[in-house]
Amino acid sequence: MNRPRTLYEKIWDAHVVEQRPDGTALIFIDRHLVHEVTSPQAFAGLRASGRTVRRPDLTLAVPDHNLPTTARKDAAGNRLPITDTESAAQLAALEKNAPEYGIRYIDAFAPEQGIVHVVGPEQGFSLPGTTIVCGDSHTACHGGIGALAFGIGTSEVEHVLATQTLLLQPAKTMEVRVEGEVGPGVSAKDIILHITGTIGAAGGTGHVIEYTGSAIRALSVEGRLTVSNMAIEGGARAGLIAPDETTFAYLKGRPYAPKGKDWDAAVAYWKSLATDPGATYDKSVVIDAADIAPSVTWGTSPEDVVPITGVVPDPASFADPSKQAAAAKSLAYMGLTPGTPMNEIPVENIFIGSCTNSRIEDLRAAAAVLKGRHKADNVKWAIVVPGSGLVKAQAEAEGLDRIFTEAGLEWREPGCSACLAMNPDKVPAGERCASTSNRNFVGRQGPGARTHLVSPAMAAAAAVTGKLTDVRELMA
Amino acid sequence: MTPIEKVEGRAIPFGLKNVDTDVIIPAHWLKTVSREGMGQGAFESLRADPDNLFDSAEFKGAPILIAGDNFGCGSSREHAAWALGDLGIRVVIAPSYSDIFSGNAVKNGILPVVLPQAAIDRLMEVAKTDPVHVDLDTQTVTTPFQDRFTFEIDPFRKMCLLGGLDEISLTEKSGAAISAYEAKIAQTQPWLQPATVES
Repeated sequence: MNRPRTLYEKIWDAHVVEQRPDGTALIFIDRHLVHEVTSPQAFAGLRASGRTVRRPDLTLAVPDHNLPTTARKDAAGNRLPITDTESAAQLAALEKNAPEYGIRYIDAFAPEQGIVHVVGPEQGFSLPGTTIVCGDSHTACHGGIGALAFGIGTSEVEHVLATQTLLLQPAKTMEVRVEGEVGPGVSAKDIILHITGTIGAAGGTGHVIEYTGSAIRALSVEGRLTVSNMAIEGGARAGLIAPDETTFAYLKGRPYAPKGKDWDAAVAYWKSLATDPGATYDKSVVIDAADIAPSVTWGTSPEDVVPITGVVPDPASFADPSKQAAAAKSLAYMGLTPGTPMNEIPVENIFIGSCTNSRIEDLRAAAAVLKGRHKADNVKWAIVVPGSGLVKAQAEAEGLDRIFTEAGLEWREPGCSACLAMNPDKVPAGERCASTSNRNFVGRQGPGARTHLVSPAMAAAAAVTGKLTDVRELMA
Repeated sequence: MTPIEKVEGRAIPFGLKNVDTDVIIPAHWLKTVSREGMGQGAFESLRADPDNLFDSAEFKGAPILIAGDNFGCGSSREHAAWALGDLGIRVVIAPSYSDIFSGNAVKNGILPVVLPQAAIDRLMEVAKTDPVHVDLDTQTVTTPFQDRFTFEIDPFRKMCLLGGLDEISLTEKSGAAISAYEAKIAQTQPWLQPATVES
């Protein structure tokens, strides 16, 4: 009998092109997603060495990071130019490189355009059991449908374009099991924030994390994508959630997904991928879902998580001296005093969006809180940025856009937006933002910006009260 | 890629843990289509402080950086490695790295040395006043005070760094194996070919 294997080991084994004696293996890449920021130097490298793209058919390009989220066409339907010349040049490079190398390209004006990690699953381009790479660390996201998906640097982008492979060292495996039922007001985002707080920002380094347990199984595909998206915030290059009926129902009929007999064969294969009984992980963590509250970050590392009912911690309360120093620096940057209740911290900015939380379920959760309410006066800037044009259309069909605009929030065009301060959407220095994105790093949302990571419902609650708020208090 | 074997010089006693790539190079520096000149933006928020280590007379241009746990976490941006290289850094010494960053470093001729925290603490002391010597061939870090720390490195990475090798050319030697794999998959898992979409 074969040795019992984990989901990760099964996907790895199925993609070994060549095993090397030193333990590394040449791994085949089934899907390569490309965006405008980390690809220009890779295409330049191909050009300089006279190489071509080996498998343009397995490659999909879409712009997202640089695109402004304001209107892309004027009232007459004319395309508006991008005023930032550097952004415009980077976007133009992708628009030129993709067709030149025969790569399918979704342009900025197409209804399918969106954040690459929203577009991949939504188009059925990302599939269970596949290897997926992209020059973006949040590629971990696609693990939510059971793909081994991870971010790569630009040299690796060039390597995949040229060879459709990567030379990799196998990762260690880690199981994060979340058992039980989460309480009301607790979303997938709270689950992953809680996990990151528990295992730490380096807790998964060198590992691929498989999320298991009844609380994970109960999540929709959107929720699973949110969880796996932030595997990287716990140090793991990839996250994984075993594909199941929920996954299959989500993917069936999507444009690039298998059809007819191919679909049946694919589903049969995907069902064989779940971790075998008796397979072991190098590391395991068990979390009781009942312990997870609506969560919020207080510092500048995604491990700096407390329940909204908690207080800003005292740096002296950490055992590790280097963490004490880091916490003190974080609090100085964040302008926070130890002991302050989290739910008394005022916020001037609200960002609902990013590859973590911009899918239809996220927008529904935010709208449910905002319906019939209005943002507080001290909230100066509040934007909702759908993850793709298709999410935007769906939200508009459900009337969610009107709930947002009537509540005083802006309804934007799809893109990465205020997650990373490389397009016009930025948080001013010294101001706070309740943000549904994934990173609270120093300067991430703009120089001097202070980020508090939260779920979409929690961001909506903060918009209503003008301070970090326990969304459960606003739930009927 | 410039080969790397021995590096001797001042080591910046930086020491912070969980230094993310947004700190190493903020996103607004990523709006470029070239790899050049990124040293200017390296550690921008820290270098806003006129007393920062990186621009001090003593450490400006130092070839070695000593850091804390989980160095290079966060974004996959290779610009972080380009920025360090442009700043003149050839070796980083830390207790651990993010997986993506250490790969990016090697591909740009930067050696990520892993040493336990106790060794880091000692090197941080030495680095304040004296140079540090790193030898990739013997896998050692030494100081003028007879300290000698050995480190592990993946043999393939060592070979690439010592030889300044281009990984794509190496992989292209496996072209036949890649073609055989593609042919097998086309037979056994034809559904892996993305469905045709009318545009």
